[in-house]
Amino acid sequence: MLLPLDRWHRGRGARMVEFAGYMMPVQYEGIIAEHLWTREHAGLFDVSHMGQLAVSGEGAAPALEALLPGDITALKPGRVRYSLLLGEDGGILDDLMATNRGDDLYLVVNGATKWDDIAHLREHLPDEITLNHFDEQALLALQGPEASKALERIVAGVSDLTFMTAAMFDWQGTALGISRSGYTGEDGFEISVPADRAVALADALCGQEEVRPIGLGARDSLRLEAGLPLYGHDLTPEIDPVSADLGFAISKARRVQGGFPGAERIVSLLASGTPRMRVGLVLEGRMAAREGAKVMAGGREVGVVTSGGFSPSLQQPIAMAYVETACSAPGTEIEIEMRGKMLPARVVAMPFVPHRYHRKGDRP
Amino acid sequence: MSRYFTTDHEWIELDGEVGTVGITDYAQSQLGDITFVELPEVGSTVGKGDSVSVVDSVKAASDVYTPVSGEVVETNAALGGAPETVNSAADGDGWLFKVKLSDPGELDGLMDEAAYSAYVASL
Repeated sequence: MLLPLDRWHRGRGARMVEFAGYMMPVQYEGIIAEHLWTREHAGLFDVSHMGQLAVSGEGAAPALEALLPGDITALKPGRVRYSLLLGEDGGILDDLMATNRGDDLYLVVNGATKWDDIAHLREHLPDEITLNHFDEQALLALQGPEASKALERIVAGVSDLTFMTAAMFDWQGTALGISRSGYTGEDGFEISVPADRAVALADALCGQEEVRPIGLGARDSLRLEAGLPLYGHDLTPEIDPVSADLGFAISKARRVQGGFPGAERIVSLLASGTPRMRVGLVLEGRMAAREGAKVMAGGREVGVVTSGGFSPSLQQPIAMAYVETACSAPGTEIEIEMRGKMLPARVVAMPFVPHRYHRKGDRP
Repeated sequence: MSRYFTTDHEWIELDGEVGTVGITDYAQSQLGDITFVELPEVGSTVGKGDSVSVVDSVKAASDVYTPVSGEVVETNAALGGAPETVNSAADGDGWLFKVKLSDPGELDGLMDEAAYSAYVASL
């Protein structure tokens, strides 16, 4: 399937690949250059393949909350929260961003899982709760230390948002839903725009000297450096939020109250710990570890790599892996088996590259 | 000297009985930024079509197959500190290894430059 910006990407020299059923730009000038540009300036990402949904109606918040471990009923208007769609056993069906837009709860879910998510939500939400799928909306992300300066120039007032807040803005008569959030570890914004205005907005953004279009390749290397898990790789239905080191997404209130799928198991895992944990690994040498590589310690298999690649910012290979909890402490020396070679590596705390979000109280 | 090409996007250039092997400019452009090159052992015996080298890019690792059988007599040590040379000069300074051919007849099955260009154009 083709997204609203398909021709726009090709016109800018993107190499297109199929991802989640859509043709998407994987790179323009090159992944490393695009990655570093985003860390230093501002990168524009087309993430229109992602699902934009909304849950509304009387009792929408408690109904949605019954499917997630986050505090949705306590989410104030204009606030954004990271949460997880959980299966009955507490396995992760998807990760998502939920925004209280006042009239509805707006969700951004992964492109590869959106159809399953819609089916899951429709099956589990009461009939009187409305579920909308905004498939006529494109989604752009503008990320990087100069994103705020560039976006403020064309959408006045947007720099007043702080990390994990959102509001509606007018841009030349078009309503834009903008949140200060992203998937790179940098300050930045995610912008929901009607599909028929996406090209004009992308042109306006790339007309700013700080902004260049960035492909999916750099999106992946940026999120890996930021320690952010990728659904379908680092998170799956077989993985629970505690093993995934996403305990922060299980709010204090709900640990006590329960009332979400798999609550009993997850609360118990929070207390007892899990057999394996998601960790960050930094490798020696230049050869990258890839998904599926075995993690070894003392001649024994102790885990598996779920994401890995070369870090353009650190100039060395990094990876995420699930390892036995005894091997999960930062500083633990392990080895990764790649193509018959044993690559020495070390467990490190994530993020690999510090987050630089614009939080409330920060200087502009 | 003559240069031959494979459908897997390797090139080999013959100088006497030794062939220098690299990946084509088309291959490097498809792989994107190259971050590491794993080279074969000097002195090792390789068979036509064997995966003897790996080119790692930011996104993925790709095998390099030797176009001919023989003995590896030299590898491009400069790539250890500068793997990006394969991106900037795939046809020249970004060569990977040299093989002393055991069966020059194997070259007959490879493409010449014109045939390779036509092959790439058809992809």
